Amino acid sequence: MKDVKCECGHVNPHGTVLCEACGKILDEQETNKQLLDMRYEGSARRSQTYNKTMIDKVWNFFSSVKVGVWLIVITLIASIIGTILPQKMYIDLPPEVYYEQEYGTFGKLYYQLGFDNLYGSWWYLLLIALIGVSLVICSLDRVIPLYKALKAQRVTRHEGFLKRQRVFGVTQNADKSDLAILKQHLVQKHYHVREENGNLLAEKGRFSRWGPYVNHVGLIIVLFGGMLRFVPGMYVNENLWIREGETALVPETGEQFYLHNNQFILQHYDKNKNKKFEKALAKAGNVVKNYQSNVVLYKRTGEKIPGEKPKLEKVKEYKVRVNHPLTFEGYSVYQSSFRSEMNAMRFALTNKKTNQSYGELKINLREPKEKYDLGNGYSVEILNYFPDFEFGKDGEPTTKSRVPNNPAFVFRMYSPEKPKGETSFVAIRQTIEPFGNNTYKMAFRGIETKNVSGFVVRKDSSLWLVILGGILFMIGVVQGAYWNHRRIWVQNKNGEIWIAAHTNKNWYGLKRELEKVLEETNINMPEDQLQREETDKEGV
Amino acid sequence: MVTISSNLLFAAFILYLVATVFYGGSIKAKKDPNETKKTNKWGSIAVFLTIIGFISQLGYFITRWIAAGHAPVSNMFEFTTFFGMALVGAFIVIYFIYRSTLLGLFTMPIAILVIAYASMFTRDVTPLIPALQSYWLSIHVTTAAIGEAILAISFAAGLIYLVKAIDQTKSNKRTFWLEIVMFALVVVLGFVVVSTAFSAIGYQEKFTWVDKHGNEANLEYTMPALTGPHEGKLLTSDGFKPLVEMPALINAKKLNTVIWSFLAGFVLYGAIRLILRKRIAAALKPMVKNIKLDFVDEISYRSVLIGFPVFTLGALIFAMIWAQEAWSRFWGWDPKEVWALITWLFYAAFLHLRLSKGWHGEKSAWLAVIGFVIIMFNLVAVNLVIAGLHSYAGS
Repeated sequence: MKDVKCECGHVNPHGTVLCEACGKILDEQETNKQLLDMRYEGSARRSQTYNKTMIDKVWNFFSSVKVGVWLIVITLIASIIGTILPQKMYIDLPPEVYYEQEYGTFGKLYYQLGFDNLYGSWWYLLLIALIGVSLVICSLDRVIPLYKALKAQRVTRHEGFLKRQRVFGVTQNADKSDLAILKQHLVQKHYHVREENGNLLAEKGRFSRWGPYVNHVGLIIVLFGGMLRFVPGMYVNENLWIREGETALVPETGEQFYLHNNQFILQHYDKNKNKKFEKALAKAGNVVKNYQSNVVLYKRTGEKIPGEKPKLEKVKEYKVRVNHPLTFEGYSVYQSSFRSEMNAMRFALTNKKTNQSYGELKINLREPKEKYDLGNGYSVEILNYFPDFEFGKDGEPTTKSRVPNNPAFVFRMYSPEKPKGETSFVAIRQTIEPFGNNTYKMAFRGIETKNVSGFVVRKDSSLWLVILGGILFMIGVVQGAYWNHRRIWVQNKNGEIWIAAHTNKNWYGLKRELEKVLEETNINMPEDQLQREETDKEGV
Repeated sequence: MVTISSNLLFAAFILYLVATVFYGGSIKAKKDPNETKKTNKWGSIAVFLTIIGFISQLGYFITRWIAAGHAPVSNMFEFTTFFGMALVGAFIVIYFIYRSTLLGLFTMPIAILVIAYASMFTRDVTPLIPALQSYWLSIHVTTAAIGEAILAISFAAGLIYLVKAIDQTKSNKRTFWLEIVMFALVVVLGFVVVSTAFSAIGYQEKFTWVDKHGNEANLEYTMPALTGPHEGKLLTSDGFKPLVEMPALINAKKLNTVIWSFLAGFVLYGAIRLILRKRIAAALKPMVKNIKLDFVDEISYRSVLIGFPVFTLGALIFAMIWAQEAWSRFWGWDPKEVWALITWLFYAAFLHLRLSKGWHGEKSAWLAVIGFVIIMFNLVAVNLVIAGLHSYAGS
């Protein structure tokens, strides 16, 4: 592949459409056009030049903006599908049950197609990855030749180049003083003006041309940061439940940190105290004002010895609230939920006929005692305890878990009348007397509950990359959107003054600026050739 | 304070209405087609009224903020009103760049509709749930709304383009879809009209019904129930008996509101057609005759260019920072997050398509219309229909 030497002497790489230096049309096909396609300055892009090897073909495919737009559109449509029904992570039933139960046949189909976890599916991630590839190749294909072309441009331009600019005009009788005024105006408008043989090139805002590439780099960094999550150790996301008054190891901290939950606080808005919300609260009922856990963070000191309690050193006290996570050494602990757990139950040993009570007992549901002595010859023994009671398949009572969600007991009640004791099975709202009619019963007196705070423990070591990428993206997108690359060529051709102007966008702004710049001179305002074309078409 | 605030909003609303009339006048009064640069007297008055209205609405916003103790962007009424205000603000900015009163004639009715729509939701000052108690509420929501508003200007410009570019003498796909856009705007008006009418007479009827889990619940309709709830029993003695009963999967009350809005929309649209004796778009055509197509095309493109970075900052970046703080993850595929991404992807596609010449002009104008549909979907449907972390707005 040979380089192309232009008549102006500049050597252009193979595939160049417009000479980098003087703008002369090097590609025959372009000469037929009334207006030049100024995208990427007619530079030699790899994708437009080579199409032989496999690599060329892959490169050409991904360097196409059309392909990029298609990828965006497909991702967009896929994303829409994912919002039709709630995603797997937002439901609290097993998905195979949930979708059919809540949304019928459609829900079942949605689940079977795998849309319940659409954003985590291999094909969605592949789409994102392809967008990433497209971003890299599209940018590289354009930015390098564009940079070279803009760097090589000369002040004096080829006639064909000037004539085929969208904004172009010729003035017959203008003199040197006009040019001087024009130049002065251009400098005032912050143009960078270069002069060569009485010709001018005024240019400003070239850096806005790099905006798209800067924002693409930012996006790639964001995607890369997101990808790092899959690297073990980079990302921690654990749930942690701590009962009031208890201390728990913070997971994934190398058994370094412990968290003690002093108290969980749930506050609601009070109609009487918050008069301004009176109406809204009357309609909505209870509205939560605050979820808060008062915690103490501890750090282990010394070596960890199995079977021994770790030695802890207090690091800090903190009130973990929504929007106010506890942070330490890259970890964040968030208040995410709470539940109330049954902690103790109270019963009274009662004579069924007289309804007289012979003493109360409080059973700690975590550590129930075997026997409770009520004095005067009355006592209660716990023969069996089911913290999370259900009837097993064989009809016998069993427990689902060790969490006291639905406690049930087999009591043996001793009294002076029945010194051998009577047996009673007691569950919530249910009493069974397996050996016939008892004289005594365990009358339910109440439950005591304890709050359990639900925390989320996070560590995201790639967060800084996402932030960096985000900042770069914003810089790039602002740079590209809020500034324009404008160029005005003023040239002496056979005693005439030729003016041509180009901007990458915002032609209206360019034309208004040209009007301002040409004030007090005899140079005619150049014409918008595209507008003339369109007006011709409209026939107005 | 809340009363002052409401009055200021009402004043702004009236001012916008009057301004719209003057924008209309400014187009009609323009005799000399070459005199496009200078705004005439009608136009100057219109812009002046718009600015006064905007200041008045700003007053509403500030006083309500003081009264509530938090930025008034926390429920459907407040957010949508703010969006309307941002739309007016965005128009004022674009006006001073391009000096087109025609853009005002198209933007102001949209802003008025948005604000009227907002007022159909409960206007109570609502308390903030813990997740919303953060200064990011004011930063994230306002920036996102301003971004969306600037993007919406491209819709107004796109509409002007289509009204001018589409030949109304023969009906085809283009005239049909443009008229659908006009009709959709009329339906929103229909919703406002029926909601206002039924709430003015204080209409309500109560039902008990059975939800999809088999639980019995109470439901109150504020419009006569055309579509009744699942196994619904009418409790109000003189209430309207539902024509059809809906299965439990469908929200019969919301569907009922939609049907009423469409009915009113059809009636209004029919009336308009009877008066105009032609399509709405055809009737608007004489108003746009003095504007150049590539000029509106540029306004449309420029609005997207200005709005896109603002939208990215507000609806994605600020959103991610806040989500990291409140929900422990900066991105969680919540429907509102996804729809922000969808909006962003759409406008990214728009900007890339502008690179090729074939997508300038009319195609670009249609894209601006679709973009606005996405924004509206995000505002209305995602809040009211798709449940998610963001649906504080209620019904």
